[in-house]
Amino acid sequence: MTRYLLAGGRVVDPASGTDTTADLLLRDGVIEAIGTGLDAKGAERIDVGGAVVCPGFVDLHTHLREPGREDEETIASASAAAATGGYTAICAMPNTDPVADSASVVEQVWALGREAGLVDVAVAGALSKGLEGRKMADIGEMARSSARVRMFTDDGRGVQDALFVRRAMEYLVAFDGIYAEHCEDASLAEGGQMHEGERSAALGLRGIPAAAEELMAARDIELAKLTGCRLHLLHISTAGTVELVRRAKADGVRVTAEATPHHFSLTDVALDDYDPNAKVNPPLRTERDRSAIVAGLADGTIDAIATDHAPHADHEKDQELLYAPPGMLGLETALGLAVTNLLAPGHLSLSGLVERLSVAPAKLLGLTDHGSLAAGSAADVTVFDQGATWTVDPAAFRSKSRNTPFAGEELRGRVTDVFFRGRRTVAEGRLVDEALV
Amino acid sequence: MIKHLLSMDQLDADAITTILDTAESLRQVTDRPIKKLPTLRGRTVCNLFYEASTRTRISFELAAKRLSADVINFSADSKSSVAKGESFKDTAWTLEAMGVDAIVVRHGSSGAPHQLSRWVKASVINAGDGSHEHPTQALLDLFSIRERFKDLEGLKVAIVGDVLHSRVARSNVKGLATMGAHVTLVGPPTLIPKEAESWGASIEYELDPLLADIDVCYLLRVQQERQSEQLFPSLREYAALWGLDDRRMQLMRPDALVMHPGPMNRGVEISANVSESARSIILDQVSNGLAVRMSLLYLMLGGHSEEGQALEELAV
Repeated sequence: MTRYLLAGGRVVDPASGTDTTADLLLRDGVIEAIGTGLDAKGAERIDVGGAVVCPGFVDLHTHLREPGREDEETIASASAAAATGGYTAICAMPNTDPVADSASVVEQVWALGREAGLVDVAVAGALSKGLEGRKMADIGEMARSSARVRMFTDDGRGVQDALFVRRAMEYLVAFDGIYAEHCEDASLAEGGQMHEGERSAALGLRGIPAAAEELMAARDIELAKLTGCRLHLLHISTAGTVELVRRAKADGVRVTAEATPHHFSLTDVALDDYDPNAKVNPPLRTERDRSAIVAGLADGTIDAIATDHAPHADHEKDQELLYAPPGMLGLETALGLAVTNLLAPGHLSLSGLVERLSVAPAKLLGLTDHGSLAAGSAADVTVFDQGATWTVDPAAFRSKSRNTPFAGEELRGRVTDVFFRGRRTVAEGRLVDEALV
Repeated sequence: MIKHLLSMDQLDADAITTILDTAESLRQVTDRPIKKLPTLRGRTVCNLFYEASTRTRISFELAAKRLSADVINFSADSKSSVAKGESFKDTAWTLEAMGVDAIVVRHGSSGAPHQLSRWVKASVINAGDGSHEHPTQALLDLFSIRERFKDLEGLKVAIVGDVLHSRVARSNVKGLATMGAHVTLVGPPTLIPKEAESWGASIEYELDPLLADIDVCYLLRVQQERQSEQLFPSLREYAALWGLDDRRMQLMRPDALVMHPGPMNRGVEISANVSESARSIILDQVSNGLAVRMSLLYLMLGGHSEEGQALEELAV
């Protein structure tokens, strides 16, 4: 295997407290050394010129659409989009067709991820059969399968029945599984198109109140206390939920949380011209909520930035708002949004940013190959230029879909190079082997 | 003049006054034995209706015909391509390809006219979108009120009922506020969004104390299909607390008006007696709708200077 010397970068490795200008040497798929004046005989030298060199990003929340909607995304195209966005691992959500509620489906997704070979594809399993919230999915078999499922969720909807939640949490303890919730009370959210508030009232759109999320977050925190199960709250979006998580952590509850780039970047005014690309679930909230998400990411209440990458076909998004499915792409804009809206304004330090994009999500999923630049660990490395500006052009996305509200936006922070297990997958911002996709 | 009419937000007091003044001139045409003007000859107006409608669709159709435009009526029902699964966007492109100059659209999805306006070159006129707006209804209501009180400035208007789901309420609050009237929204708290205070309206939950003070009592239709949502206990209770009946009408000043956008639920939000009383201008609203829609089509599609002159001639 090739040797690479990433020369002259700003090496940021929060796991070891490193933030220094140094060279990074990769050999045979592992990180050989960090330092200056390294013996790099035979290595291909890549002068990164002051760009940030950090552990590859890990996305806790990706909709790959395969199996079922391969017209919108495949495991291969999502892997390509992920690599382009600086990721070396993603976690596939189970709301596919068929649902990933059995060992055979999760193993298929896992195997297709290996085949694509651009990122590690971890797989989240469903909590309930068919995501119906009634009968438990094959949790143990998925945990013990070759996909080694760790996170379980009915994402796309919240689990409505509290007794089911309790039983699932109790059962998951046997596998050290994570109960991950899409917090949304279905009765309060029914028919909702956007956040309920001043904008929804003016636009005549049915709203989803913040309480729909907060009720369920509070319930799950209580049940995590009762059962001792690890709880992860997906894509939290309201100031109230941030506060619930903050208090639960202070109380010693085993709870973690993620937030999406769109929830720390946009508010519900994005719906003012009824753009279906701004329709997402949970909905874009108010400025007060957005700043609470930013504060939660800054103080560690929110552990990870997760994309909730949700590809949709043009002909389905380009409908009346009422009929357009919720969701937006995330993998290829996450870093740009994080640099533009978190790093550049000074809400997060560079190591804080890498912590949220890589270290914390890797740890959460138990992906020991990711999230660290320690010598001897797997060479999953991302290089990004925090000063570079670029304009979001959906036509240039590696994803098969185009649904983003950020088209035409100028963002700061661009991924230039990515190494996955020592292999260069992205060079100068482009996928290295186009034949791979 | 504006290219599209999507929301009352687009119209300031001068624009509204121009539309209402023009409507007044055009109304004289409808009083003639031959009720037709050549203004929009060769222009094509399409009524694109995704929701059932009687008065709005007929009113727009007649308005366009009185101005000599060609009119196409397209209803998204079991007989159209929509039943075969044709999307809104493809339908829009089909109409565009046939060269229509204006599309009058009614749709159950709020914002559908906004989306349509981004897809076509034709002018788009919102004829009611979901729970969002119904600007031509507001304009004809302003016209009808102005006809009685001459000036809208300082008038007190109560809008009563299901404001939450009402596109008529949203457009009227904006239009009335723009013209300097004071609006109070009245109804059960389940039907009045508390955010409505930011629209410049005040909110009350009791109707009786307001009645002696208002110039207009505007009743909204109780949408019976909302019954299943438990927004209020029963139609009977609604009628008892917020319905305008004879007793409540007696509390109003003698010159105060009763209005309703139709269709009415007699015995619920309005009693039969009240709807047919001298204060009720409900049928005036309907006939004024024709003049106001003619005015809009005229200004939006034919509003060149030479035609401005033509209008002056016709007004003499």
